[in-house]
Amino acid sequence: MSRIVGLTGDETAAEAMRQINPDVLAAYPITPQTETVQRFSEFVANGLVSTEMVRVESEHSAMSACVGAAAAGARAMTATSANGLALMWEIVYIAASYRLPIVMAVVNRALSGPINIHCDHSDSMGARDSGWIQLYSENCQEVYDNLIQAVRIGEDKDVLLPVMVTFDGFIISHAMERVEILEDEEVKSFIGEFRNSHSLLDIDHPVTYGPLDLYDYYFEHKRQQIEAMEKAPSVIKKVGREFGKLSGRPYDLLEKYKTEEAELIIVAAGSTAGTVKVAVDELREENVKAGLLKIRAFRPFPYQEIAQVLKEAKAVAVLDRSASFGAQGGPLFLEVRSSLFEKDRRPPVINYIYGLGGRDIKIEQIKRVYEDLEEIAMGRRPTQPVSYLGVRE
Amino acid sequence: MKEKGWKEIPIGGLIIEAGNAEKYKTGSWRTFRPVRDEEKCNHCLICWIYCPDSSIIVEEGKIKGIDYAHCKGCGICSTQCPRKAIKMVEERSK
Repeated sequence: MSRIVGLTGDETAAEAMRQINPDVLAAYPITPQTETVQRFSEFVANGLVSTEMVRVESEHSAMSACVGAAAAGARAMTATSANGLALMWEIVYIAASYRLPIVMAVVNRALSGPINIHCDHSDSMGARDSGWIQLYSENCQEVYDNLIQAVRIGEDKDVLLPVMVTFDGFIISHAMERVEILEDEEVKSFIGEFRNSHSLLDIDHPVTYGPLDLYDYYFEHKRQQIEAMEKAPSVIKKVGREFGKLSGRPYDLLEKYKTEEAELIIVAAGSTAGTVKVAVDELREENVKAGLLKIRAFRPFPYQEIAQVLKEAKAVAVLDRSASFGAQGGPLFLEVRSSLFEKDRRPPVINYIYGLGGRDIKIEQIKRVYEDLEEIAMGRRPTQPVSYLGVRE
Repeated sequence: MKEKGWKEIPIGGLIIEAGNAEKYKTGSWRTFRPVRDEEKCNHCLICWIYCPDSSIIVEEGKIKGIDYAHCKGCGICSTQCPRKAIKMVEERSK
């Protein structure tokens, strides 16, 4: 049984955290993540969770406390945004390399500078090589669903990696939506107990975390991390199916929205996927064969599945909500296009950088992208591989 | 010690066996080796107390030698020795 409530993205994340009831939550406030932890701290104060809440002095300390807690065998969580994630950086990599399944909500916000508090994906995209699994959420419901699944995915014995669940700052974090919440007991039994087989507190089996690891073994430990990431897709799919049985909302690595027989496909992640769906629906009314491929898992990157969906399309546009300065395009674009390279048949793929610093993206703009794709599908060569949607010239 | 492949070792760089640092030979890190002068040494054991790598071999209260398989050549023993009985000698000059 589930109940239907109206919650903002931040409140939804807090509600998921309440039901997960982690042993430790260490966090530092930063807009637009603040309300997640603020709301959770009320649950702590009211005795609704048994979590040890650590009010640290910085995000670097927040992640450090999570690493210590998880190494001691605790289920640890945190939440942050943008510069907070940037300040954590050093320990973000360490959490992944120690193979600690910490779950972190990342409320996507533009990195400074100039200082900006609104949404783009520069923060989490910057952390794409840190060794964390990354799940992007389209709306409040997905924030809830992804956080609960993240616990299971990260703690799977074949994976043992930390997981970031991202959602767009303000657009999701501060917008109230209809959210279906499972029963506390259902979540509790779905996530089960966390057992760290190498706990620092297990004095019968002493363990050292973080010893010096030089040219003779560091490479082997990195190879193990790569292997864990390669095993993650099947675990993400398995957990997504099980979650579907519980909630009626199954999950996969990607969401294919009207991509069957679609000739023009947009690839997007985050809240913009919802806007693209509206554009697709309207264009389908006009018999334009438009479709959307939504990226849920960016790490691990489901390149085979992506190529399978896109190879029959006539033209593809990838929307990136972050810039990779000096690269050939946005991070999503580079990997989507690369995933098609081995295919004999591959459509032209173009890139749009959009929405930086919270710049709004409208249905009309997305329809213009489909118009561009239509022309390319008819044989016009793209004038440039990368365009900037919504920037003033 | 034979180096193992990535499938054979604990994940995350964890050390799950207590006291196994002994298996990791660090003698090759040394540039200068401590050489003890038997004549000057009065077995006060100050070097044994200070050695960070437990490389001063002691039996029945007497220094028997130096464990060159683990000694990194830090020179603390030589600095601390009150009788200047330990000299640091460059490795290549035998």
